[in-house]
Amino acid sequence: MNMLKPVLASMLLIASSVFAFAASEDDYKAAYAAAEAANKEAAALRNQWTTTAATLAAAKKSAEAGDFDKATAAAKEAEALAKASSFQATSEKTRWKDMEIR
Amino acid sequence: MASTIRVRATSNGDTTEVQALIQHPMDSGFVKDAKGEIIPPHFIQQLTFEYDGKNVFAADWGGGVSKDPYVKFAFKGGKKGDDLKISWVDNKGATDTTTAKIQ
Amino acid sequence: MRLTSAIPFASAALALAALTFAAPAPAADTVDPVKDAKAFQKFFTDKFPKVKLEDFVNGPYSMNEDLHKQWEEKEQFPPYEFSLEMGKEMFSKPFKNGKSYEDCFPNKGVGIRQNYPYFDEKEGKVVTLELALNRCREANGEPAFSYVKDEMAALTAYMAFTSRGKPMDIKIPSDPRALEAYEKGKEYFYTRRGQLNFSCATCHVQSPGERIRAEVLAPALGILNAMPIYRSEWSGMGTISRRFTSCNSQIRGVPLKPQDDEYRNLEYYLSYVSNGLPISGPGARP
Repeated sequence: MNMLKPVLASMLLIASSVFAFAASEDDYKAAYAAAEAANKEAAALRNQWTTTAATLAAAKKSAEAGDFDKATAAAKEAEALAKASSFQATSEKTRWKDMEIR
Repeated sequence: MASTIRVRATSNGDTTEVQALIQHPMDSGFVKDAKGEIIPPHFIQQLTFEYDGKNVFAADWGGGVSKDPYVKFAFKGGKKGDDLKISWVDNKGATDTTTAKIQ
Repeated sequence: MRLTSAIPFASAALALAALTFAAPAPAADTVDPVKDAKAFQKFFTDKFPKVKLEDFVNGPYSMNEDLHKQWEEKEQFPPYEFSLEMGKEMFSKPFKNGKSYEDCFPNKGVGIRQNYPYFDEKEGKVVTLELALNRCREANGEPAFSYVKDEMAALTAYMAFTSRGKPMDIKIPSDPRALEAYEKGKEYFYTRRGQLNFSCATCHVQSPGERIRAEVLAPALGILNAMPIYRSEWSGMGTISRRFTSCNSQIRGVPLKPQDDEYRNLEYYLSYVSNGLPISGPGARP
């Protein structure tokens, strides 16, 4: 059983990937703000994803229900989606020519 | 108000082919509007095509038929110049009817 | 855990996309719409040698035998008849100030659809038919119609109908801003967007005739010639604006506002490269 503890602990760490401790409301607020900022950048690039908005909404809903672990995880995911959409817009500025019929 | 029924009937001597397009919302009663409220059922329940005093086609419809239904069928007989009468009644008791000449 | 899956998914999707394209030589830097249109039409006629040039405007019906037979039957009693009639009535009804749409358009608005969109040199932007119709309304004290609802669809259906058979005839004046609008439209068409990482070209250049779920994809050549379209899926008539915005959301991209610059430029480009093909609107689609 003592042998398993570190294994279990690391499995838990992997499973929850970022948080080895419970997320607080402040953690959620910071994550949400970061996600919103990233989504604003995507908006400036005229390339937001619908899933980003949906994930942000899910984060808010979880927070309102008091589940800050879930809320923070969703907010982090929304930030990742927003960043990916900005990356897409920037890289497509040159890559679009690859698709062009010539 | 213009008729809700467009019909074309053509006879080749033996058989008459009929096509009809009917304007009707055909709301099933299962769809919600933008506010989340059910759009009440509003659909044609009876549709009849009458030739020479007899029904050559009669339909009893429910909410499963789509908006602006299109019907096509053929019946034995029917002469050029004769009348074909089409009528429908919906679940609200509204009706419309039109008569077309077989071409 | 959704958190761990999000980042790898997003970057994996993009990485995969990067791998599917070996980088060819970059395009020459001069914008040559005439050359583009020739290459565009050749691409599709080469890909579908049995389809006549003018038949490309029928979208999926020119791509699939069975669909074609169904469509031929449908054309005898087209589902867009009611909308078309409504459009005709709306067009001839005067505004509250006594004027009508006829006063806003050349030739009283009859038989002119094939000239839209055009580049307005005074404004320095592309003007589409939908935009022109709403501007006509507002100039005469009437409220603008939604670009994605029935009224605008009915109006454009009627105007398209009066131009049936006429070849698409989009002009690019020798104004650098017009060329830029055209080029921006082209860029939009080929740019991948949305979480699904699709461009317009992904479906309509790479996969015409193939299926996306249950739908057969239309070729990009002539794709606007049949607009507006009565879609069975919509149980009604839909405008170009409706199609652009809904295509965006279907690939999980937040749509821009109807008649935003990008859409106007896109319509300009797509219409121009289909010059010569007949107007077939209003159309019917699955």
